[in-house]
Amino acid sequence: MADAAPAVDQAAFSEWLQRMGDNCLILGHRVSEWCGHSPALEEDIALANQALDLIGQCQFWLGLAAEVEGKGRTADQLAYLRDAGAFRNVLLVERPNGDFGQTLMRQFLFDAFHHELLRALKSSSDPRVAEIAAKAEKEVAYHLERSADLVIRLGDGSEESRDRMEKALKALFPYSGELFTDDAVDQAMAAAGVAPLPSSLKPAWDRTVSEILAEATLAHPGEVYQHKGGKRGVHSEYLGYILAEMQFLQRAYPGATW
Amino acid sequence: MEKTPHPDIPEIWRWLSEVPDPEIPVISLTDLGIIREVAWREDTLVVTVTPTYSGCPATTIINLDIEKALRDRGIEKLRLERRLSPPWTTDWLTEEGREKLRAYGIAPPIDGTNADGRLAGRVSRLMNGSNLTIACPRCGSAATEKISQFGSTPCKASYRCTDCLEPFDYFKCI
Repeated sequence: MADAAPAVDQAAFSEWLQRMGDNCLILGHRVSEWCGHSPALEEDIALANQALDLIGQCQFWLGLAAEVEGKGRTADQLAYLRDAGAFRNVLLVERPNGDFGQTLMRQFLFDAFHHELLRALKSSSDPRVAEIAAKAEKEVAYHLERSADLVIRLGDGSEESRDRMEKALKALFPYSGELFTDDAVDQAMAAAGVAPLPSSLKPAWDRTVSEILAEATLAHPGEVYQHKGGKRGVHSEYLGYILAEMQFLQRAYPGATW
Repeated sequence: MEKTPHPDIPEIWRWLSEVPDPEIPVISLTDLGIIREVAWREDTLVVTVTPTYSGCPATTIINLDIEKALRDRGIEKLRLERRLSPPWTTDWLTEEGREKLRAYGIAPPIDGTNADGRLAGRVSRLMNGSNLTIACPRCGSAATEKISQFGSTPCKASYRCTDCLEPFDYFKCI
């Protein structure tokens, strides 16, 4: 990206990194909720492995967010000691798991965005961002391949699986738009060459989603009302329950390690 | 007082080549290609390690194992550094490591078959199961099928041989 990029506003940069980390953290936590409950052993293992990838990526992003913030906090402190209003994940990733089809549809809508974003971030003007993205992109390519494959199999599957995938798409599509909204933080990151504008990723995402939905014989929902708020800390009630479970140990036993 | 010379670098690489991977103990950390650099900086030994997968739970154990192996050899001043770039790739698995994997029952990666996000072609090919021929590490048959792209550890996929009927792990390409 641009050589003569203006200096990056560190507060905005840290905010942006927290969005990256929080999307991975909350989706990773959601996916990990399936551990021991999946419809088949292989799917259980696959979901647990994806959750691990996402939590690992979250450690890189939140670690860098804490470093850039410069207040002496760590990735763990950001994950375990912030309250809901300080989380910056999009609403999509905190949606409940629902049935297996809903979990996969949420994963697919996110993966298609995540993969495109990481590909673009590989040429970030900040080398620390570029190297995390290069690492994560390879893992996320496998996530996208798997979720797309299963959306096709289940959409173009039995009457029941198709019905469930249709319902999942209808329920989750109205949460996909937030992924592509631009605000002042995004504008600052784009101006500094750190990250692309989220809206610039939309055409590629649209192509991937249309192509896979068509193969899955699912009707594209088209233009529908889109919920937003998570990126600026306005969350659904679900996030509080996620945090209650995820943060319990550190809240009850501050500083506990093993 | 005479100063004890540092153990030389090739010697330290040899020591590290004896440290097994905690998840797949048949191969060593150097077979896996995750030790990126070994260097003396003044009187401190700096070992640079790259993680396999971002969330691989073995990473912490690997660091402890490196530290223990080197301390046992008398290295006192030691620092481990993490390097993310360039990201780890299965291309770095040594030839010897690949053969050890196969003998252990894990099919080694086929280079150049990484997931790349080009979905349409890949998904349909993978669904037909025809683009990747992974030979069964037990009986050598090419009649195998994928059970799941994600196996018992982040770095493996699950396959099954339709000739000898055994399930096996494939060390997937990344």
